[in-house]
Amino acid sequence: MGHFHSEIREGIIVSSKDLVEIVFHGRGGQGSVTAANLLVAAALKDGNKGVQAFPVFGAERRGAPLRAFARISEEEIHLRSEIYFPKIVIILDESIIEIVDVLKGLKKDGKILINTTKKPGDFNFSKKYSVATVDATGIALKYDILVGGIPVVNAPILGAIPKILDRVTLPSIQAVIKNKWKGEGGEINVKATQDAYDSVEVNF
Amino acid sequence: MTLMIDTGNYIAAKAAIMAKPDVVAAYPITPQTTLVEGIANYVKTGEFKGEYICVESEHSAMCACIGASAAGVRTFTGTSSHGLLLMHEMLHWAALARLPVVMCNINRVVGPGWNIWPDENDSISQRDTGWIQFYCSSNQEIFDTIIQAFKLAENEKVLLPVMISYNAFILSHTSMPVEIPDQKEIDDFLRKRKSKWKLDINNPITFGNIILPADYEKIRKDMQNSSENAKKLIPEIAKEWKKKFGRYHGDLIERYKCENAEYILLAMGAIGAESKVSIDNLRKEGLKVGLARVRTFRPFPKEDILKLGKQADLIVIDRNISVGSEGALFSEVKASLYDKSDTKVYGFIAGLGGKDVTYNDIEIICKKAIKGKVKDCEWYGLEGV
Repeated sequence: MGHFHSEIREGIIVSSKDLVEIVFHGRGGQGSVTAANLLVAAALKDGNKGVQAFPVFGAERRGAPLRAFARISEEEIHLRSEIYFPKIVIILDESIIEIVDVLKGLKKDGKILINTTKKPGDFNFSKKYSVATVDATGIALKYDILVGGIPVVNAPILGAIPKILDRVTLPSIQAVIKNKWKGEGGEINVKATQDAYDSVEVNF
Repeated sequence: MTLMIDTGNYIAAKAAIMAKPDVVAAYPITPQTTLVEGIANYVKTGEFKGEYICVESEHSAMCACIGASAAGVRTFTGTSSHGLLLMHEMLHWAALARLPVVMCNINRVVGPGWNIWPDENDSISQRDTGWIQFYCSSNQEIFDTIIQAFKLAENEKVLLPVMISYNAFILSHTSMPVEIPDQKEIDDFLRKRKSKWKLDINNPITFGNIILPADYEKIRKDMQNSSENAKKLIPEIAKEWKKKFGRYHGDLIERYKCENAEYILLAMGAIGAESKVSIDNLRKEGLKVGLARVRTFRPFPKEDILKLGKQADLIVIDRNISVGSEGALFSEVKASLYDKSDTKVYGFIAGLGGKDVTYNDIEIICKKAIKGKVKDCEWYGLEGV
């Protein structure tokens, strides 16, 4: 992020105390940007008037680490800058933890959702932060949700989010998924969200 | 009315086809690409019934729009950065030929060094082409401005092309909710273009022929008069839109918490939206700061600026630089006040090359100006370079 901003300071936003800022960490091709977009579409359905989703500004490359952002608020959002101090961090690819400082800027009461076969307690930072885990890759493979041979984990990840964020409901997530992928594809993705929702493990 | 959530480019594509242009001619360039892809998709779905002309360059895109517009039909295109610059000759042509082409320009850095992120040097450098220039700060404003732009451009008292600029990625690739009116409501607001004169084989007339100095000067003066007419029409159209659809983004400028302000911040585009967060924070601290977001750079709202200048000291943020001078908005603001006000004006350059400008940065800029410790046109965050 250094090339975008020379000095980053955490500020207070007096006008939008209810604002939730979310950063997705994934790899190109996993569906992080789509996940961010579908999440805020669901949040809008659930009555949050101000929502925003955007990728990290630049070129996306298949397999390379990338970030996507989402903002959810009850009021119209005037912010246009990137998210530096998220309330929630969502990690679509566990291997990114070793190469990217995924906890950078995470608020003290922040939450982390990880796609992994491990348990929350297996991560060192679970002593400090609320951690949720879900085997999104396993669920994607179970339902054969693959693009170019790569498991696309956005649907199961989305299914897990209502467990850590009460501003978005599972039925709304399922509705936007059905709207995005019509027919059988949509049904399979909806099943994947349900499996994920039912299997999330948390340390809080 | 339906609520749609999508990126600035896809929202612009939706607005463009709902305005029912007869011809769209465009050439793809990052970050405009999804705008023209969006329109192409509406060709596939049958929702866009006009002619979509694929061309080999942006220069040709503007030429195709000029030809079609001269034939009396509604035309739309979109571009960005180097694409806009390649159009430069034809931008002058469209304006001098008095053709109401409407175009989106996604503000992107000019290279080299190669950079696809946002700043405003591309459109600012087209300032003197005769195009009306809007700068948007939200996806809803993009939608509403595109529809309003056709009505403005095609008005007989104006007949000037309109460029609607919005920041690369910050708006072009960011999803936000947008209220979309029904097609019938749009049709009621924006009637079919009626051209007083057009290319017509049954009624042959000459266009763009040789013109002697004294008459050419009249053409220029007429453009200037028409631009002044646009100044009056922009607020009228915005008011009509508000009455019909309940939404209002300001007229030539948008005022935010300017009441009793002792300092007023002026900015354009996405920084103009982010600034609202800063203003709320500064007000909470007891600092009497307001925001005037400049929506139209041409025509320039000099009467509005003078009014603001008589009320408060002004702080200007430019996401552009006229090398050898200063930020373009800073220059224009000072010129608006010249000899009529002794207001202090503080100028800052920020966010060039797509460098992020956060609400916190804007608060620091305002506080610096309030302390009066500002060099003439300061580069924010670059001290010591």
